Amino acid sequence: MAATKKLVMIGNGMAGVRVIEHILKLAPGAYDITIFGSEPHPNYNRIMLSSVLQGGTGLSDIVINDWEWYRDNGITVHAGHTVTSIDRVNRKVVSHLGLEASYDTLLIATGSSAFILPLPGADKEGVIGFRDIKDCQIMQETSLSYNKAVVIGGGLLGLEAARGLLNLGMDVTVVHSNAYLMNRQLDKAASMMLKEELEAQGMKFLLQKQSERIHGKKRVKSLSFADGTEIEADLIVMAVGIKPNVQIAKDAGLNVNRGIIVSDFMETNDPNIYAVGECTEHRGIAYGLVAPLYEQGAVLAKRLSGVDTEGYTGSITSTKLKVSGVDVFSAGQYDEPAGTRSLKYQDEVDRVYKKIVLKDDKLVGAVLFGDTGDGASLLSLIRKGESVRGREKELLLGFSAGGAASGKENHLAEMADDEIVCGCNGVSKGTIADAILQKGCNSVSAIKACTKASGSCGGCKPEVEGLLKIYAGDNAAAPVKEGICGCTTLNRDEIVAEIKRMGLKTVKEVMNVLEWSQPEGCSKCRPSLNYYLGMLWPTEYKDEKESRFTNERYHANIQKDGTFSVVPRIYGGVTSPSELKKIAEVAEKFDVPLVKFTGGQRLDLLGVKKEDLPKMWEELDMPSGHAYGKMLRTVKTCVGNTFCRFGTQDAIGMGVRLEKEFERMNAPAKVKLAVSGCPRNCAEATIKDFGIVAIDGGWELHVGGNGGVHVRATDLLTIVKTEDEVVEWGGAFLQLYREHANWNERTSVWVERVGMDFIKKSLENGEERKALYGRIRTAIDQIKDPWQEIIENKELRKNFESLVPAEALQS
Amino acid sequence: MAKVLIGHMADIDKKGARTVRYQDLEIAVFKLSDGEVRAVENRCPHKGGKLAEGMVCGTAVHCPLHDWKIDLKSGNVYEPDEGCVETYETEVDQASGAIYITL
Ligand code: SRM
Ligand SMILES: Cc1cc2nc3c(=O)[nH]c(=O)nc-3n(C[C@H](O)[C@H](O)[C@H](O)COP(=O)(O)OP(=O)(O)OC[C@H]3O[C@@H](n4cnc5c(N)ncnc54)[C@H](O)[C@@H]3O)c2cc1C
Ligand code: SF4
Ligand code: FES
Repeated sequence: MAATKKLVMIGNGMAGVRVIEHILKLAPGAYDITIFGSEPHPNYNRIMLSSVLQGGTGLSDIVINDWEWYRDNGITVHAGHTVTSIDRVNRKVVSHLGLEASYDTLLIATGSSAFILPLPGADKEGVIGFRDIKDCQIMQETSLSYNKAVVIGGGLLGLEAARGLLNLGMDVTVVHSNAYLMNRQLDKAASMMLKEELEAQGMKFLLQKQSERIHGKKRVKSLSFADGTEIEADLIVMAVGIKPNVQIAKDAGLNVNRGIIVSDFMETNDPNIYAVGECTEHRGIAYGLVAPLYEQGAVLAKRLSGVDTEGYTGSITSTKLKVSGVDVFSAGQYDEPAGTRSLKYQDEVDRVYKKIVLKDDKLVGAVLFGDTGDGASLLSLIRKGESVRGREKELLLGFSAGGAASGKENHLAEMADDEIVCGCNGVSKGTIADAILQKGCNSVSAIKACTKASGSCGGCKPEVEGLLKIYAGDNAAAPVKEGICGCTTLNRDEIVAEIKRMGLKTVKEVMNVLEWSQPEGCSKCRPSLNYYLGMLWPTEYKDEKESRFTNERYHANIQKDGTFSVVPRIYGGVTSPSELKKIAEVAEKFDVPLVKFTGGQRLDLLGVKKEDLPKMWEELDMPSGHAYGKMLRTVKTCVGNTFCRFGTQDAIGMGVRLEKEFERMNAPAKVKLAVSGCPRNCAEATIKDFGIVAIDGGWELHVGGNGGVHVRATDLLTIVKTEDEVVEWGGAFLQLYREHANWNERTSVWVERVGMDFIKKSLENGEERKALYGRIRTAIDQIKDPWQEIIENKELRKNFESLVPAEALQS
Repeated sequence: MAKVLIGHMADIDKKGARTVRYQDLEIAVFKLSDGEVRAVENRCPHKGGKLAEGMVCGTAVHCPLHDWKIDLKSGNVYEPDEGCVETYETEVDQASGAIYITL
């Protein structure tokens, strides 16, 4: 093993410490780490300073890593020490208090400072920026004995500061040089709306004012402008921009422009020195937001840990104004640079403004005011960079139900009567209108019962709601509380709580005790109750096959002509010549009409007669692939390092192990896994429910992906080192999902509903993780291979055969 | 019309069904949770789904293909869908458990 190297980092801020966190995971023990930080605090979440100022969040709430973390990870930290020089020849740094540290590798992560306008008097007491805890504390203290605050700068940061000062009880005036607030993001119209909104909250504005001089003796007293006017001020907060902290880098002879110039691997022009965060300039851009800096950090950590990385290629960023009661979102190139065109939507009544910026048919930027619900969808379209030709209006008018309601209604009103609204059930606009106008349907569920619109995948529910609004108007029923189906008004959580509380043990009991309107339920609640009971009482509950769908009762997929398909399990997609021969022989023997490779790396024998199923299973002598169930389906793998020149880990072995570990697992909905051997991701792991991407020395665990109706890329859960950890985290994640999701809710929907924070919190504690893993093992261990069970049990087998009438016997 | 012995109570699970072929007909024979036996043509009026494979809830069955709901007494399809299936009279010999269908 290589000797431990000395890594010194300058700056104890968000981007830098993030890099250290990654390195500790990817290459534990590889470095002896020392950090210098000017601020006397451990690493904290700077973004949250706005919340601290606005109240409700304490300083201790925003600490990301406390002192103990540094100690536990053997990191030497010199807080309160500002590094004043870098000696590249002798490879050491010196702090303003004279402390020295020598390095093999140096990391500059000095962030930036608030830009203080060089006005006469700017050095007076009471003139500050808004950048760190100290600034926050000064504002809080000032508010105790002074009243008049002036914020220079009407951008995101300035408005957040102003809002905070209002909350502290101060009289706040925002001074802005432009005629419009947030002029970089917003158009005049939207900016006016924003101003009115903030004025209603008590903020005052002085627009088109050039600040000229700050007056006062020791402490600030007033601010005067170029036009000769003046305003009283006990406190002046400058929020006019940021200035990357590059002086020490410049002094050391590193290439510096606006920021320290770095390559795609965050290298400076000195091979032993790297830089990351707001102090850098990458491909001409100095970022001022956390997301891109974290992306840079991930690349740098891999680089420093010797893990393969494709490098950092730049980011598309988005921002939200964090002022309560005002929603502003912007993403990408929102300020309409040359060569772009834009579409705008403005609704003065509902106070909604939207703008999308296009360049050659692609979406490159967006601004939302008042209703920011579509922000994430727009951002993802910008990132994808695909053509949006023909969809511009849809994007502008909104994806979501609440989004730009009136624009959406126009679109619906203009739609032709024969245009299909519900694609699953082929229900046209005319049919829905008819149900509302002629048959008196006055709610979405009534329309669903009457026409089936929105009854299947539910994707068209917003349109149905929209049509209801148009045709029923005020006659639309107030939304009623919807239960899991028409038989009850209780929702999933209420039902599960009652089952637990009263120890209910059968579907029938639940329906009786909880007063179902239909005594034997329906095809929706029966399978869900069957699932919840099995999940809650894994060792006691006897699965009710009559409450399962056809496919799960016959352990095969029913086809449109009543035949079935058979998909045997092929672990990790790896088979053998003899296994293939066996499958081929069985297919021939039973005259299987079609043999097909599935999208899940295995074989499907389609068109099998029901009565042949048990015999075929017997001859195949392979476990069920569960291609039909709300269960673990496939675990896709790529070749991994077994053969592939890029492979970093044994993806096949990992995949096979996971499939053996979790096969037969019942779940709220189907569950798909994949393991890729490197970030090229040939197994498409990032659209799976649980996807694993190998990296050198570790495994990235991704969750919540879906490649179906609504494609969703995964979120990164964590990075682990060993295969055992992959299995434990995987099992714990799946069990958490089993215990919390609604029946028929894929992980993609569930993850969005409960949020990644909840999932991370629930899994980060080792003991809880082990307990979750233990519970999933118990649940799976109760279940046998269904094909084998049916082969062995005559009573179960009978349902696959037809009855033979006596007369036929006699004749 | 013929009364045909098609099987015994023990042949069909509660809330389950078996099929029986008689000449050109395929019939689905259901046993409801209270032990009552019902027989209907094994063909959904929608797109011919095999009703015997559906989920039984009370006196109705949900077709396995697209979830149409069919009443096993009248053979009528529940709203909002429309249609009906042929129903057949059934008789159970309480002593022997033998099931007869009138065809
Ligand atoms: C056989 C297969 C198509 C093929 O020939 O490749 C298939 C066939 C069916 N898929 Fe699929 N899906 C198959 C891979 C996929 C994939 C690709 C994958 O798994 O890599 C997807 C997208 C990935 C995903 O799920 O995230 C996929 C997304 C769906 C969906 C949409 C799920 C969603 O959450 O949006 C459905 C509908 C559903 O589950 O309600 C569906 C439903 C179906 C059903 C079961 C429809 C049904 O209920 O009868 C089809 C059964 C056909 C039959 O009779 O055998 N199939 N299906 C694939 C079987 C893979 C396997 O080996 O098990
Ligand atoms: C009020 C506020 C709200 C914000 N809101 C958002 C938001 O909503 N979304 C978003 O994405 N971003 C937001 N940001 C920006 C975000 O906080 C920064 O992009 C991020 O903190 C930059 O990380 P960094 O590590 O590069 O720099 P920093 O977090 O600033 O860390 C650099 C550290 O290095 C120290 N340092 C500097 N020079 C030296 C030296 N010579 N020796 C030792 N130490 C040194 C500094 O004191 C500082 O602690 C906000 C910022 C502020 C101030
Ligand atoms: S996409 Fe899937 S569900 Fe649709 S037809 Fe193909 S196999 Fe069937
Ligand atoms: S065939 Fe029965 S519901 Fe479609």
